[in-house]
Amino acid sequence: MKTTFDVERIRSHFPILNQKVRDHQLVYFDNGATSQHPLAVTDAVSDYYNRYNSNVHRGVHHLSQVATQAMEDTRRRVARFINATHPHEVIFTRGTTEAINLVAFSFGQTFLKPGDEIILTALEHHSNIVPWQMACQRTGAILKVIPVNPAGEIDPGDVLKLIGPRTRLVTLAHVSNALGTINPVKEITRMAHQHNIPVLVDGAQAVPHLRVDMQEIGCDFYAFSGHKMYAPMGIGVLYGREEWLNRLEPWQGGGEMIETVTFEKTTYNQLPYKFEAGTPDVAGIIGMGAAIAYLADIGFDEAIRYEEQLLHYATQTIGSIEGVTLVGTAREKTGVLSFLIDNVHPYDAGTIIDHFGIAVRTGHHCAQPLMDHLKIPGTIRASFSFYNTMEEVDRLVEAIMKVKEMFG
Amino acid sequence: MTIEEIGKQIAAEFELFDDWMDKYNYLIELGKGLPLIDEQKKKPENLIVGCQSKVWISAEYIDGTVLYHADSDAIITKGLVSLLLRAVNGHTPDEIMHADLSFLDNTGLKEHLSPTRSNGLVAMVKQVKFYAMAFKTRESN
Ligand SMILES: Cc1ncc(COP(=O)(O)O)c(C=O)c1O
Repeated sequence: MKTTFDVERIRSHFPILNQKVRDHQLVYFDNGATSQHPLAVTDAVSDYYNRYNSNVHRGVHHLSQVATQAMEDTRRRVARFINATHPHEVIFTRGTTEAINLVAFSFGQTFLKPGDEIILTALEHHSNIVPWQMACQRTGAILKVIPVNPAGEIDPGDVLKLIGPRTRLVTLAHVSNALGTINPVKEITRMAHQHNIPVLVDGAQAVPHLRVDMQEIGCDFYAFSGHKMYAPMGIGVLYGREEWLNRLEPWQGGGEMIETVTFEKTTYNQLPYKFEAGTPDVAGIIGMGAAIAYLADIGFDEAIRYEEQLLHYATQTIGSIEGVTLVGTAREKTGVLSFLIDNVHPYDAGTIIDHFGIAVRTGHHCAQPLMDHLKIPGTIRASFSFYNTMEEVDRLVEAIMKVKEMFG
Repeated sequence: MTIEEIGKQIAAEFELFDDWMDKYNYLIELGKGLPLIDEQKKKPENLIVGCQSKVWISAEYIDGTVLYHADSDAIITKGLVSLLLRAVNGHTPDEIMHADLSFLDNTGLKEHLSPTRSNGLVAMVKQVKFYAMAFKTRESN
């Protein structure tokens, strides 16, 4: 297959890929769980620790100023990357999960009353289900679920059917981690906004594979994790539209998020600090900045096109193996190929595939309600990055053939 | 034979294979050979949590010894649990409760079993001992 994308050069930026696992050259197809780091990111993190580690926003001394500057530069870089209106609409969190919990808590506190409704989809990750269930327990609100069709798609028309006078928020994944479906988040946001209902988008699986644009989508909240987009674990982002963030109460108290504190009364700091209590993960933030710069350096648009070719190739080759059923055949997909091998439990298949040095994920992918909905115990999931190759897909094909032979 | 002796025998059988694939092929064969348990025994209370695949273990108490039945929706897991049952079936609750069931570590499978599955094994061993303890308690009442 022809491509202008120089994948060998890209691979040289990721030392971890060059290793043997169980006597085989590693094939890393678990990028949906976490991606690997280019040297540009690990260098930036060690540079921070070796040259300017310091607590941010607190010291007048030189190092503190350098660290603070680097952190705030990253905030601006993230804002540009997702096309937010203001840098202070970017809140640093531990990841997608924490970002969603923040909104579920703060939004729930102020805006949810008994009988109110939150709409979500049947293909959400547990991270976009459980925080809302907890908010419902605290407030007496209830969840309404948008169904998925057998291809793994949701119908925006169903969203419209579920929206009612008690609907307070719509929350959904931009891209399904289990199936790879790209949801029509823009259209759904537009529908919800016609009823003045805010929308949260879980972008964990979208940010590494798509250009995401807050102005284009128009959503009110957008959550994502650094570790799925080549940045370190432990850092993530909540984007919130300014007007919404200003209406929410802080969810954690501590240093940094305050303006003045007396024992009688505390007033809160302005955005974004109101939502960033305590010392942040400065190294992670700097790593995230380096990851975004890296994506720009290699040509993110080209990388995205290459990933599309890779997914297309994997879909064609793996999908045409006799006895393999693809799970999730949405028209719009990215990053993920989920499948089942006839009469073989995903776990049996995964165990054997692992022996060929290939890292895939098996199980319910933290989307149990979706698996129940599809009436399957789980899937085998290969999830791709631009550093993967067509030859690696061929290796997976061979391993699948072996599995069929062993369990046939 | 004691449980430990059977365990040693099993470990010795696995030592004969030097290729991981042969070990798995044997395990798959064992899994396929394990008699299915009645659908009605696949009750939620017989389902073991902590395994990525579903495992059901039930037990009967017959003339002072325990007879276990097990099933799983994954063949490799079924093969594994069949090894466990081969060691403990027909022994007394006391023997089972005090048995050293770490022989599966010596089959060379453990290094090949993913951590989640090893956890599943731990859960299976726990369940087996739990049944033995329950029978013993009932006995002494
Ligand atoms: C769609 C989706 N949402 C949320 C999460 C949770 O992300 P994190 O564990 O980084 O908070 C994931 C990660 O698996 C995901 O794929």
